[in-house]
Amino acid sequence: MRAKQMIVAGLCLAGLMFAGNAVYAAGQYGPGVTDTEIKIGNTNPYSGSASSYGINGKVHAAYFNMINEKGGINGRKINYISRDDSYSPPKTVEQVRQLVEQDKVFLLFGTLGTPPNMAIHGYLNENKVPQLFVATGADQWNDPKHFPWTLMWLPSYGIESHIYANYILKNLPNAKIAVLYQNDDYGKDYLNGLRAGLGDKAAKMIVATQSYETTDPTVDQQVVALQGSGADVLLTAAIPKFAAQTVRKVYDIGWKPTHFLNSVGNSVGLVMKPAGLEKGVGIISATFFKDPTDPQWQNTPEYKEWLAFMNSHGFSGSITDSQAVVGYSYAQTMVEVLRMCGDNLTRENVMKQAASLHDFKLPMLLPGITLNTSADDFDPIKQMQLQKFDGTTWQLFGDVISGSGT
Amino acid sequence: MAATLRAGTAKLGMETRSVTSVGVWRWLGSAVLIAVAIVLPFTLSNYHVFQLTQVMIYAIAVLGLNILTGYNGQISLGHGGFFAAGAYTAAILMHRYGVPYWATLVPAALVCFVLGVLFGLPALRFEGPYLALVTLAMAVAMPQLLKYFDTWTGGQQGITLVKPTPPSELGLDRDRWLYFFVLVVLLVAMRLAANLLNGRTGRAFVAIRDHPIAAAAMGINTARYKTLAFGTSTLFTGVAGALAAIVIGFVAPESFTLFLSLSFLIGSSVGGIATIGGAIVGGFFIEFVPNFANDISDAAPWAIYGLTLLLFMYVMPRGVIGTIGPWLAHTVQRFGSARRAAK
Repeated sequence: MRAKQMIVAGLCLAGLMFAGNAVYAAGQYGPGVTDTEIKIGNTNPYSGSASSYGINGKVHAAYFNMINEKGGINGRKINYISRDDSYSPPKTVEQVRQLVEQDKVFLLFGTLGTPPNMAIHGYLNENKVPQLFVATGADQWNDPKHFPWTLMWLPSYGIESHIYANYILKNLPNAKIAVLYQNDDYGKDYLNGLRAGLGDKAAKMIVATQSYETTDPTVDQQVVALQGSGADVLLTAAIPKFAAQTVRKVYDIGWKPTHFLNSVGNSVGLVMKPAGLEKGVGIISATFFKDPTDPQWQNTPEYKEWLAFMNSHGFSGSITDSQAVVGYSYAQTMVEVLRMCGDNLTRENVMKQAASLHDFKLPMLLPGITLNTSADDFDPIKQMQLQKFDGTTWQLFGDVISGSGT
Repeated sequence: MAATLRAGTAKLGMETRSVTSVGVWRWLGSAVLIAVAIVLPFTLSNYHVFQLTQVMIYAIAVLGLNILTGYNGQISLGHGGFFAAGAYTAAILMHRYGVPYWATLVPAALVCFVLGVLFGLPALRFEGPYLALVTLAMAVAMPQLLKYFDTWTGGQQGITLVKPTPPSELGLDRDRWLYFFVLVVLLVAMRLAANLLNGRTGRAFVAIRDHPIAAAAMGINTARYKTLAFGTSTLFTGVAGALAAIVIGFVAPESFTLFLSLSFLIGSSVGGIATIGGAIVGGFFIEFVPNFANDISDAAPWAIYGLTLLLFMYVMPRGVIGTIGPWLAHTVQRFGSARRAAK
């Protein structure tokens, strides 16, 4: 009798422990997560003037679908809800509030554009909703102290500029540097990044700076003034229209500086062709992902896998669009972070995991470039490789260089 | 214009015949609507309360446009620009000078009134489609001007504002507090518009719209009233812009694109261009139809939007209130006379 009671008691205890274990195995969940689903929200401009960026959201959706078809992440499928904000900040606020309060998403992922992200920055941080991998490059997004729920992805403008500084210090130690920049936060990020990268040599090495307003008709005057300073290195932080003018003017006045052109303004179609292809020979710029039109990648398994993904998801018309490469890499990063979370899918843990990326490789980034984050560094990509324009395309050269932004 | 003229005289005729019964019913209707507006936010989620707040803000902006386009016959494609001016006035006052949010409405109104009058002066020389083009210039220039004066406007980055804190003694959360704040402004705006439009000034506006030469012959100073219509109109829209800045907590040039101006005109036409109540219907249309279109079709939301717009304009060519309003008044009046006949 006594033995029987003991066994029953033992079984009960075991049962209780089991039940406890079962609860533990089901994991800790934040809003929008169940045993079978993780709900993720996004806004993208599918209509309006910035709609060409909308390919990002479409590629995310297709990639998550593909992951779901393969069984999801730790058995959970991603329910990706992407809403159109037309790149209009008030609309972004409304859509994001709907995503958070009505759809009850777990987190926001890859929301696109500086102004739309600015509009939801405070709201998401106030409500402790992760704003993961914002699709914008301004330096201010990397601010874990004040905005612990916002994490970026793209190498910031400051980091890119820092990388040019590192190259200059190593290869052109006696350079006299002139800077042409757009007179706003974007242009100033470049100027500050360069200064930070040059350190105490900045004051001596930077001999002249000139800025332009986006409303200026040309930058000819600024280019002439910079030439007059006697500089032998030029850093241009300009959007495509003014980048093209600069490339042309520098060539036309017979100035031959080592010319660094920011990645925002290095498009062959939008900048180099309008400026005159021969005028851009020798210009240096930086990049971090595999250009889908560059023949050197087209025989690699990584490119072929991307191409197969693109073709099988109805994106055959976008296989020259670098935005599709970026969107694909964003989605892969998201999947990795969710995988790292395991069954602990709370908002706190997803931020913790996103801030503990260590040498994470992505197939469509340049070889050698990895994602790294920490509790006080919320910008995953800090490396780029330099490339030189040969009159037709950009040719990569040298090693991958790191920068640390401003 | 002839149609609106007929509608206008018909309406005037009815009002003189049976002022009391229509008046009482209208008063009762308004009381019920206001009661609903007060109770509603307590039955809805915060998100929906926020959406209704947006509706009311758009309604105030559309009301401004109705004064100009509906009552005075001047078409504006540029009211998004004045909305932006109001928003930035409020944002700059709050951000740079620490002015409390509620105190920014009057300065925003004044700034936009002056802007509107200044804009209305050259607009005197233009009519119809030509005026529409002149105002279009305002709408397309505004985002770039905002970027140009970036020391004041924050340029591309815009201005992030501190969200208003609701007064603690009311026990309302921020969304509901802002809802009631905007509701009060909307009611005041509608009352002011009604006083203006039902009086001497309103009659002058309508007379100029319907027949400018006849109006001038009657001794109406057309230039003065047209400019006044412009200024009053942009004043309302500017206040709406200031409210939008307060409620969203952020302004940037991208918030005020040409499409916003078009939305106001669409909202105005759908609601009933020469009505006051139509502005609210317009606000609902601007806020909800794009979302509704998106929910129906991801692939072609703007086709659905266009279709909805066509449907509205076919079924109710004078706008929702412009069509239903006279019908309601007519029914009430018939009901009233039938009752009197029975006695």
